[in-house]
Amino acid sequence: MDAIQKSLLEQVAGLHEVPEGAYNIRANGQKAGRNTTANIDIVTKTDKDGIDIIIKPGTKNESVHIPVVLSMSGLHDMVYNDFFIGEGSDVTIIAGCGIHNCGVQNSEHSGIHTFYVGKNARVRYVEKHYGEGDGSGENIMNPTTVVEMEEGSYMEMETTQIKGVDSTVRTTKAKLGPNATLIIKEKVMTHGKQLAKSDFTVDLDGEGCHTNVISRSVAREQSKQIFLARINGNAACYGHSECDAIIMDEGVVSAIPEVTANCLDAQLVHEAAIGKIAGEQLTKLMTLGLTEKEAEEQIVNGFLK
Amino acid sequence: MLELQHISYNVEQDGENKGILHDVDLTINERFVAITGPNGGGKSTLAKVIAGILTPTRGRILFNGEDITGLTITERARKGISFAFQQPVRFKGLTVKDLITLASGKNIGVPEACNYLSEVGLCAKDYIDREVDASLSGGELKRIEIATIMARGTALSVFDEPEAGIDLWSFSNLIQVFEQLHKKINGSILIISHQERILNIADRIIVLSGGKVINDGSREDVLPTLLGGAPGVCSALTEKVR
Repeated sequence: MDAIQKSLLEQVAGLHEVPEGAYNIRANGQKAGRNTTANIDIVTKTDKDGIDIIIKPGTKNESVHIPVVLSMSGLHDMVYNDFFIGEGSDVTIIAGCGIHNCGVQNSEHSGIHTFYVGKNARVRYVEKHYGEGDGSGENIMNPTTVVEMEEGSYMEMETTQIKGVDSTVRTTKAKLGPNATLIIKEKVMTHGKQLAKSDFTVDLDGEGCHTNVISRSVAREQSKQIFLARINGNAACYGHSECDAIIMDEGVVSAIPEVTANCLDAQLVHEAAIGKIAGEQLTKLMTLGLTEKEAEEQIVNGFLK
Repeated sequence: MLELQHISYNVEQDGENKGILHDVDLTINERFVAITGPNGGGKSTLAKVIAGILTPTRGRILFNGEDITGLTITERARKGISFAFQQPVRFKGLTVKDLITLASGKNIGVPEACNYLSEVGLCAKDYIDREVDASLSGGELKRIEIATIMARGTALSVFDEPEAGIDLWSFSNLIQVFEQLHKKINGSILIISHQERILNIADRIIVLSGGKVINDGSREDVLPTLLGGAPGVCSALTEKVR
């Protein structure tokens, strides 16, 4: 891998060298490195581009890194990654996509990640998106995540997009079995003329299942964001979605909740708050000696931390 | 140290020009000065004028001999003026440690940040990583606000009614904090308060009513006149209260 790819890798996966444990690195549409362990197998798909990540039942405290980096302008990358999380396992999966586009053509990466989370398994899934490059070509990412959760399983999904992605449509669809829990934490910051749309659909099918979809976002300059959270309560369950957004300059944010209770015992809550930084927050930090601009930075950084 | 020269502050209300402060003239050099007086008397406005949050309609403010009337909040803060809000501001995402670090102006370690928290009676390890958001009670926020002022350690610290919104239980602890603060802080304290126990530790008491200074002197001289019924307060009301 070259220096640009290495720097992208650091941005999206916090990796300086090859990671510990299982990993699969994809650079410019090609496999650039892979490691499997006794409990975690990674297999290239034969019918389409992508990999199967197979985690044996009972695997504990292991991690899988699957970063993707694109440094060639005009590349349109599309992958299908399937994760089979074995019963009773406890793992961390770190995915991420970094694009460096210095050309005039658009670079695009679309990943479809499907998770089959086994009975009583626990997964922490971390995904970071990052774009850079001084070319006029756009960096486009359209990730789709599909989650199927069996009884008693737990999944925490943290997605972050802070910089340099011109256009993104993030689609997440989840189905929860009995007593399953899905926590989604999304952080987005857009600037320039960027567009970011998040579209979540969570079907709470099993009795006693629970979801919490939390989005914190900042829209600066002329950027636009749309947050769609659709929660269907089909059993005695609990669903909560929350969109908390700061708008700056001419930024625009829409929050569109849709909660449907198809069962009398479903409890569903949606909260949304959109607004500029409160004047008194700026004033307070200015009385500590910060300039207005420094105060703004601190508030935004804290909000997205 | 702080000189207020002929400070007036007016606001437009329902098309009328309403005076909040009228020609307030004060020179403050004492270590611990309390400003008291009836609600609506202009105390908080005066504090905000000193911090630069409000710009006076007329008059000049001198700090250590320098005219700071035209300076911004940030510039005044950097010159050595601190301001504790009557209603401390909440922040989503900023932690107690973040706020104390920003206040101190340097990258302080956990032990030092903890030190300021224990000064205000908070068990540091329970608070240091907490967000300064709606999960903190009013009393906790007030203490953290005071800790940020201590961390700044500036020549002048202005407190706007630190007792406001605090229950009686927490209040008695807060008094101890101020008694300590008086000893430990290196600069001067200007505190707006209605509380006898706070007035009791002041070197000087200034009474502001109707936007004017109506009494000003040492604690020994001013405090007895206040306890007998605040001047400027409607006499019928005073009778009722009795």
